[in-house]
Amino acid sequence: MNLTQSLEMAKATHTGMVRSHNEDSITTDTQIGLAVLADGMGGYNAGEVASGIATALISSETREALARHAPHELDKGSGSPLATRLLRDIIARANTSIFQSANSQPQYAGMGTTLVVTLLSNNQITIAHIGDSRCYRFRGDKLQQITRDHSLLQEQIDSGLLSKEAAKRSQNKNLVTRALGIEQQVEAEIRTYPAQAGDIYLLCSDGLNDMVEDEDIEMTLTAIGSNLPLAADQLVQMANDNGGRDNVSVVLIRVKKDFPADDGLWTKFLSLFR
Amino acid sequence: MAKLILSLDGQVIKEFTLTKERSTIGRKPHNDIQIDNLAVSGEHAIIMTILNDSFLEDLGSTNGTLVNGQPVKKHFLQSNDIVEIGKYKLKYVNEASASMSQAEFEKTMVLRAPATGNKVETTAEIKALSDTQDNVAQAPKLSDTVINAQVAPPPAAAPKPAAPPAPAAAPAVSAMPGALGTVQILSGPNAGKELPLLKPLTTLGKPGVQVAVIAKRPQGYFITHVEGANFPAVNGKMLDAQAHALHDHDIIELAGVKMEFFLKS
Repeated sequence: MNLTQSLEMAKATHTGMVRSHNEDSITTDTQIGLAVLADGMGGYNAGEVASGIATALISSETREALARHAPHELDKGSGSPLATRLLRDIIARANTSIFQSANSQPQYAGMGTTLVVTLLSNNQITIAHIGDSRCYRFRGDKLQQITRDHSLLQEQIDSGLLSKEAAKRSQNKNLVTRALGIEQQVEAEIRTYPAQAGDIYLLCSDGLNDMVEDEDIEMTLTAIGSNLPLAADQLVQMANDNGGRDNVSVVLIRVKKDFPADDGLWTKFLSLFR
Repeated sequence: MAKLILSLDGQVIKEFTLTKERSTIGRKPHNDIQIDNLAVSGEHAIIMTILNDSFLEDLGSTNGTLVNGQPVKKHFLQSNDIVEIGKYKLKYVNEASASMSQAEFEKTMVLRAPATGNKVETTAEIKALSDTQDNVAQAPKLSDTVINAQVAPPPAAAPKPAAPPAPAAAPAVSAMPGALGTVQILSGPNAGKELPLLKPLTTLGKPGVQVAVIAKRPQGYFITHVEGANFPAVNGKMLDAQAHALHDHDIIELAGVKMEFFLKS
């Protein structure tokens, strides 16, 4: 099913004002409703190798898998939509791939990446994430963070040690508790939510949310969300104007209209032969 | 590594480096930081250190603990905080951010989870730091849309403090230090009204017809087309999709309305 009529996507990435190279990697495919954002880490160029493997492998494998199955089909084993299992399997393979490269080539030792992936289908959005790259939803002029960081600070906030405001003054920023490619196995957090026409989803690396307050992101989407590429560039620019201490990457996805799954007779007929 | 500098009447007595996860402060000799004075309780307070952050907790001491003059039960220590116990002062200095190059320090790292579970156990020990020190300033109002509607009066709130200057950013074109960009409408029903550009983004125009946005940046003010078939013009020249730097007394035309951009000092 082609989603280009229902979805619009825009992306922007920038090295920032301090770093020498960009270790973030982003890719989008409007047709299948997929967006992938990865923020790599590791010495020399290893960070962008890890994030590059993640985005390339996840987008190509998802494309391949969706050619065979629709993501809203129910998984026979778990009863949940196939999108969940599909992303879980593909992310596990990306993890193995990065982990093996890191262990076989000394210059890549210890590399890894955070990850956030969104897959839209049948009026739903499935979001998978690992680490502190985030997905926000902008609906009815309100911005809401949907993913919860896998980070030391988030754990401290959850345990009540730190308030959200106090966390901004912490010296322990950028310590993630989960990352892709660091260990033999990793568990991605995967959730599915209903999506509505008018929603804008924002995927970003911590270079955005560490430099730009949520209120300013919300204000930007309210003011110029009608022009998605401009809004993406504006968010990157704001991060840089505020100091741009990290690479900054942004993907924006607008739901232009409903996208119910095409469950016509023809599809059902075809499925008999699968 | 964070440290505490103990002093009495302005005289430095001793320095303590916070190497342990829990450092105790009290009168009794088994404390890591012993202050032998009757105004200090036997077990007066503890400092929990988690990587580069330290937290102070008063252990129900008789005479209490002050931080920067305020009595505290639990406190998230910030560099240069002054902790007062009786007549003694402990200055908290956290050199982590100063000694490491900032860029290096801020690189994302994976915190390896201990084999038993992926929670950092110590975090649960000090519960719920009070939120009172964290009163958030009111969020800035959403951007206004003008021309069609009435021009909103300038919000009472002062503009946000200027962002730190971005190195290697585009050269200043329209910036005048301290000058506030303002748009005055020259034609149409709202002629004469002024719109101060206080917020990072101010939209102009009619949603669905023609909208442009003026961005307030450290380098000055920039206008960009947002939506609509027609692009705005500046000084009679039609803009393209790129941001255009505004100069004092530029004339903007948008959706049939003329307005002037100027810098108010």
